[in-house]
Amino acid sequence: MTEPAGNMPIDAKIKPPMTSLLYQLADDDFILAYRGSEWLGLAPHIEEDVAFSSISQDTMGHAAMFYQLLADLGEGNVDSLAHARKTSERRNAVLLELVNGPGHYLSSAQYDWAFAVVRNYFYTQAKKIRMDSLKNSSYQPLAEVALKVNMELYYHLLHWKTWFIQLMQAGGEARTRMEAAIGRVLADFEGVLNLGPLAKEMAEHGLIEKEEVLKQRWLFIMKPVFETVKLAVSEADLAMKTGNGRIGEHTADLDDALSTLSEVYNINPAASW
Amino acid sequence: MLKTALEALHNVKDPEIETISIVDLGMVEQIKVEGQSVLVKLLPTFMGCPALDIIQKNVEGELGKAGIFEKIEVQFIYHPPWTSDRVTETGRIKLKEFGIAPPPKFMSETGEWHVDCPFCGSAYTTMDNLFGPTACRSILYCKSCRNPFEAMKPVSTMM
Repeated sequence: MTEPAGNMPIDAKIKPPMTSLLYQLADDDFILAYRGSEWLGLAPHIEEDVAFSSISQDTMGHAAMFYQLLADLGEGNVDSLAHARKTSERRNAVLLELVNGPGHYLSSAQYDWAFAVVRNYFYTQAKKIRMDSLKNSSYQPLAEVALKVNMELYYHLLHWKTWFIQLMQAGGEARTRMEAAIGRVLADFEGVLNLGPLAKEMAEHGLIEKEEVLKQRWLFIMKPVFETVKLAVSEADLAMKTGNGRIGEHTADLDDALSTLSEVYNINPAASW
Repeated sequence: MLKTALEALHNVKDPEIETISIVDLGMVEQIKVEGQSVLVKLLPTFMGCPALDIIQKNVEGELGKAGIFEKIEVQFIYHPPWTSDRVTETGRIKLKEFGIAPPPKFMSETGEWHVDCPFCGSAYTTMDNLFGPTACRSILYCKSCRNPFEAMKPVSTMM
């Protein structure tokens, strides 16, 4: 359906870091969009339901574009890349796969809105920094996709930042719950900022800037926001407590999500959607 | 033949806004005719848009109706990215007829934007939700004629 990027031959040395980066970008957006879709009907108010589902739909669209770039490099078709890969083959950050809260979206869901706001805001800002860097990627098809993603991301970032600042400044229960959520998110945020074992090669080939540069940029951009809401966050707070998704370490939350989301696909993997 | 193809594409409407064609939405980047084959390159408005498959089928259908093409191909490309300033003047009028305010032509440096009510033309409008029923639209409210309305979201590479 899309224009093949295959007309650009890719060097054998560049391919491993290239596909590694694309799997991370695709899997991050894919699983977070899925978690977002579970919120449908459960958001704090109806306008938020409209906004959050629209954001999740855009994000799923971004994942589809990254999977398409992988398909163009001969990694398989988009549907199987999204549905048929096992937990150990996934490269998303662990933070993004964690459940929204206890319960199931069909019954007795006790989802935590503070966790949704913090996870989405921090991630969206990191993704924005990544896309800005990718606009100058040496791999032209990726640079073009980044430009497109970036335009939609503008609205997502505005949305989550607004929620974050308002809830942080609300005081009371909102502040308490937000601070708890920030603690949980930071404890695994290093897993989002890290680019995996081939990070060095990615930078050497000009696919994306150095991991450390992107991380410092995230801290730099977040600093004034944290100051506004009177929150002390330092680099030392960033950790990877639950595991490194970039090397295939994941939680049972991801197993459960994959078996739910691929249920229909697995009825007939050869079907055309 | 190119003219026939373009005419056919004018008959392909946005599946959710029946007054406006994909040409007036600025989605058609290129029409390439070679012998009896035609290749149409389209720019998706928003990537997750579920209407893309329907649009592709409708393009193939309309070009098929023309009866002069043996091979019809439709591709979605990302580059150049679709931006809201690609909507034509006719497109802006058609959107308004449907009750959707066309995307603002101007956005301030802070990213704020403003649109007039598509029903009464009043500038006295407020943003209700940046996100609307589809990825490309926002929901607003006119304080003058007291109607809720939708507006096409501005999208630019400057963002």
